[in-house]
Amino acid sequence: MPYPTDFKYTKEHEWIKADGKGASIGITSHAQDSLGDIVFVELPKAGAEITKGKVFGSVESVKAVSDLYAPASGTVTEVNGELATAPEKINKDAHSAWMIKVTLKDPGELTSLLSAADYEKFVAEEGGN
Amino acid sequence: MGAKMVEFNGWDMPVEYSSSGGIIAEHMAVRTGVGIFDVSHMGDIRLSGRDALAAVQHISMNDASRLAIGQAHYSALLYPQGTFVDDVIVHRLAEDDYLLVINAGTREKDFDWVRDNTSRFDCKVENLSDDFTQIAIQGPKGVNLLQKLTDADLSAVKFYWVVRGTVCGLKNILIARTGYSAEDGFEIYVPAEGATSAMVWNRVLEAGKEFGAVACGLGARNTLRLEGSLSLYGHEISDTINVWEAGLGRFCKMEKPEFIGRAALEKAKALGMKRTLVGLEMVERGIARERYKVLDNDGREIGYVTSGSPAPFLKKNIALAYVPPEFATVGSTVKVEIRGQGVKAQVVLTPFYKRPRKT
Repeated sequence: MPYPTDFKYTKEHEWIKADGKGASIGITSHAQDSLGDIVFVELPKAGAEITKGKVFGSVESVKAVSDLYAPASGTVTEVNGELATAPEKINKDAHSAWMIKVTLKDPGELTSLLSAADYEKFVAEEGGN
Repeated sequence: MGAKMVEFNGWDMPVEYSSSGGIIAEHMAVRTGVGIFDVSHMGDIRLSGRDALAAVQHISMNDASRLAIGQAHYSALLYPQGTFVDDVIVHRLAEDDYLLVINAGTREKDFDWVRDNTSRFDCKVENLSDDFTQIAIQGPKGVNLLQKLTDADLSAVKFYWVVRGTVCGLKNILIARTGYSAEDGFEIYVPAEGATSAMVWNRVLEAGKEFGAVACGLGARNTLRLEGSLSLYGHEISDTINVWEAGLGRFCKMEKPEFIGRAALEKAKALGMKRTLVGLEMVERGIARERYKVLDNDGREIGYVTSGSPAPFLKKNIALAYVPPEFATVGSTVKVEIRGQGVKAQVVLTPFYKRPRKT
């Protein structure tokens, strides 16, 4: 699964795609593959504040629970309601199955995140886990 | 194979196989067709000789004197306190020849315990754990699959019986109609020598193609046994949980005059239970997981979850939990604390899943 080069990535396996102050957030293809069949996502409501590096929700597969960490700070503007009933969409195409949309507090925060190439290298070094 | 590996009690074990489509697909294959598990991590202890039956009777809670040659049953090894060393399947292979199949994580502990507690009997105790590779062929089509590979007449083998036969050209292979999936199925014990066990594994997969057989990992093994409410050591049973609490009294034969743990269990029975294992089904959105707290409807902590997961076949979120008996009434509600929130669950009958009986 290629990692889009216009996304930024975290070491906790989230991606963020920003366009000015607006951004969408999801988990990476590698994350969904490690988790396996995803059956449950818990996301904040529109209007909630998220803080870079802090937990903003969780995702569960049959076998495991995993926290979601905010790649950047901001205010949630929209939640992908489809994932409540069809969380398997994340397995099918993790990079288009966005979880939340946010208005970024400071788009400059993104510069500290990983590029697609850095993230791929990070995953390879992590030994696939 | 594209297996995702995980360390399980010191073993590198596949959790799921990408080639099989993941845990849910593996689980469904076993419920509707057939799935194949490499369970060579399971341990095997053989007791043989003049006093073998007396030794087995002394160390296990079920009544092995009722076993015919070729029959097997579920049982457990207990501490003097009536708590679990391990749960086991006892197979009677011949007149004075018994095979105990034990759990991976407790292999060494179990063997030492069996050897130490049978030393006064005229009986040989062998640890055969490294001699066998155990392959489980589970699901309603398991019998059709295995019949292609063996000369033994499997239609004559009843559930929890064991025979010997030629399998994949290997003579005298132990074939047991047992498993841990709450489904019909077989477990075969082939020589552990690498090339041999790999040959059998591949031939079983190949023979299973026409039945849609898939390789299954520990993930599906766990969800299958949970749907069937089968205990897992370290979860529903342990060295601090007794037989009555675990709800396994039907496998504990108190009419046997003596076995390790019997006296303590007699006392415990008279005292009554402080906690009991119940089945929970989540009513509100959320998945109960191992070690999550169980709360009463006022939010007071009353117990804990031993195993919890989405149930792929039942399509519900289910759990097993210990709660005080006054909260064990089927139909009553409790809460499970999930990330700080009390999420409503209902006490339900177990097992959650029972395989359909053949008509």
